[in-house]
Amino acid sequence: MNYSTINRITPYIFLAPAVIIMLIALLYPLGYMIYGSFRDWDPSQAIGESTFIGLGNYISLWNDPNFHESLTVTLKFAITVVFIEMIVGVGLALLLDRNLRGMSLLRTMFILPMMIAPVVVGLIWRYMYHPSIGIFNQTLEKIGLGSVDWLGQHALMSVIIADIWQWTPFIFILSLAALQSLPRSALEAARIDGASGWQQIIYIKLPLMMPVLIVTCLLRLIDAFKVLEVILVMTEGGPGLSTEILALRISRTATEFRELGVAAAMSNYLLMLLLILTIIMLAYNKIQELQAVRLRMAAEKEVD
Amino acid sequence: MPKIRLDGLSKRFGDTEVLHGIDLEMEDAEFTVLVGPSGCGKSTTLRMIAGLETVSAGEIYIDERPISRLEPKDRDLAMVFQDYALYPHMNVAKNMSFALRLQKRPRKEIDQKVHEVAEMLGLTNYLHRKPAELSGGQRQRVAMGRALTRDSSTFLFDEPLSNLDAKLRTQMRAELALMRQRVHKNMIYVTHDQIEAMTLADRIVVMHDGHIQQEGTPEALFKQPINKFVAGFLGTPPMNFLDATIESDGDSTRLSGDGFSLCCDQATLDILADYSSRKICLGIRPSDLIYDPQAAADTALTLQVDIAEYIGAQSVLICHCGHQKVMVELKSDTPISLGEKLTFRLALEDLHLFNPANDHAIPGFVAVESTDSQ
Ligand SMILES: Nc1ncnc2c1ncn2[C@@H]1O[C@H](COP(=O)(O)OP(=O)(O)OP(=O)(O)O)[C@@H](O)[C@H]1O
Ligand SMILES: [Mg+2]
Repeated sequence: MNYSTINRITPYIFLAPAVIIMLIALLYPLGYMIYGSFRDWDPSQAIGESTFIGLGNYISLWNDPNFHESLTVTLKFAITVVFIEMIVGVGLALLLDRNLRGMSLLRTMFILPMMIAPVVVGLIWRYMYHPSIGIFNQTLEKIGLGSVDWLGQHALMSVIIADIWQWTPFIFILSLAALQSLPRSALEAARIDGASGWQQIIYIKLPLMMPVLIVTCLLRLIDAFKVLEVILVMTEGGPGLSTEILALRISRTATEFRELGVAAAMSNYLLMLLLILTIIMLAYNKIQELQAVRLRMAAEKEVD
Repeated sequence: MPKIRLDGLSKRFGDTEVLHGIDLEMEDAEFTVLVGPSGCGKSTTLRMIAGLETVSAGEIYIDERPISRLEPKDRDLAMVFQDYALYPHMNVAKNMSFALRLQKRPRKEIDQKVHEVAEMLGLTNYLHRKPAELSGGQRQRVAMGRALTRDSSTFLFDEPLSNLDAKLRTQMRAELALMRQRVHKNMIYVTHDQIEAMTLADRIVVMHDGHIQQEGTPEALFKQPINKFVAGFLGTPPMNFLDATIESDGDSTRLSGDGFSLCCDQATLDILADYSSRKICLGIRPSDLIYDPQAAADTALTLQVDIAEYIGAQSVLICHCGHQKVMVELKSDTPISLGEKLTFRLALEDLHLFNPANDHAIPGFVAVESTDSQ
């Protein structure tokens, strides 16, 4: 073997252990799940004993109204929370992006919810929503507005509020980072050009933050589709199917209904949904990169 | 154009005061250049005029109207930044028309104005490019264009040429000088490049450590600097400073120092009457030292050459006279060799005299009524 071959394969040798672990840890369960999704599989059976039923699980899910319901709830939940979180998070970032005394303390406080374990968040909110002893209803009653059936009639809205409380900080810190990396002098130029505070936000800040905002939004969306613990603790999907998001339905299908094959197929539907979002995100990044390269090339050509 | 006046303008960042009471009055449509070494407070002064920094004490008047509490947009001025500060997401036309669009001017008027300015700056072909697609010089022009499309009465420039390479800078400097003749506006220009200052200014304001040292026309500052700082700051190569004492022996009086002894005339003596037997500091511009092998010893300096810096037709010689360093200019084709001793003639009237105790020029020797400093 000569030096150049050795040089060429060295990096791969160093990468190999990590790649092997990745394959085992990531691809094996994934493959297992895909394999299982084509079978009529009860938890009491070993996978080998289950019968192969082709696309049976996928087809029956496609026609299952409960699955549709669950998908609708998931979409409603994910889109609503991300929409509101984006507005509130970006709004807060715009509001708090200034150098006042105590601002850094305030910022730290804002990101606390994100650091609490989801199960704990679920518990906290469940108590706060409690019909008689919860703080919300007690307060409402004290000021004479009557109580609200938080986790009953308005269950979806209640879990949405809890999620917004927990995840707005994520968007807040990313937006704040984006804001603080904006070119200061361009903003000063805008002030001199006569832009008011609002005009600076609309014409300068938001357009310049857009790449970060789009990626943040997609990340959040991917995450919102997978939410489980908080809702599990708060409502367990109920009442009825009103808060039964996909992740919850998958876990119930596997444990309660004992249909591992169907659960696997459902997971694959979710996976495909997330894959589409991820691909959009990667494509967006790629387009940005290509555009930057094109701009740079054009500028360089000019200089020659 | 409205008159701008600064009255006791001070600036503190936390506990440190960086500007200590700037008083300055700019004439109508004057090109005022603020120069000074890095960190002396030029940008801070300009940014306070622009409204980007708050005023700690003092006031800024435009046409006798105090404006220090107004927002930048209400001050009727345009600014060109050192890093151009273009809006990266807008093309050249959009960048240039941003202010007009905010003012909701009619579309036709905006288009016309943008094209007019683009024409003047040679940007017509680039109107649809984004800033990232332009070279440094073109970006600089766009920044200039953005300021020009607005009909502000005052233009502020913060080192607009310092990010350009030497050749482009010379070219843009000439273009600025041309634009200056066409545009009848107040202009305040910050630079640390004294050549820019000398070539562009109607009036130069030399700053140092948050104080104005001296202001006046480029010629006045060059010929009659009121202290050693101004004398040493303006002019390349910089002025030479030599320590000397006034010595009288019988009827002749001399300015002598390490390695030289110059004969003094009566006029100079009269001025120096108060300083007799005291030490003084001589300031000699390199260009005032004329190479002359025949010169008499008491009207000349004899210098030993240490280094010759070739810069084209002229060379700069770094020499020493006794223990003091002296720079002179010499035609490059003069045959000399390193270590050689050369004689340079010096006219007494070209001498600048400073009081070494406080570095001020000796009054009387500076023929101007100094507007003053510190
Ligand atoms: N935001 C700030 N906070 C604290 N100190 C500052 C701030 N801005 C400027 N200074 C200080 O004020 C002084 C003047 O700064 P300024 O930027 O006006 O200098 P300058 O004359 O423009 O220098 P240069 O030629 O390097 O641009 C410097 O000593 C600087 O450290
Ligand atoms: Mg500066």
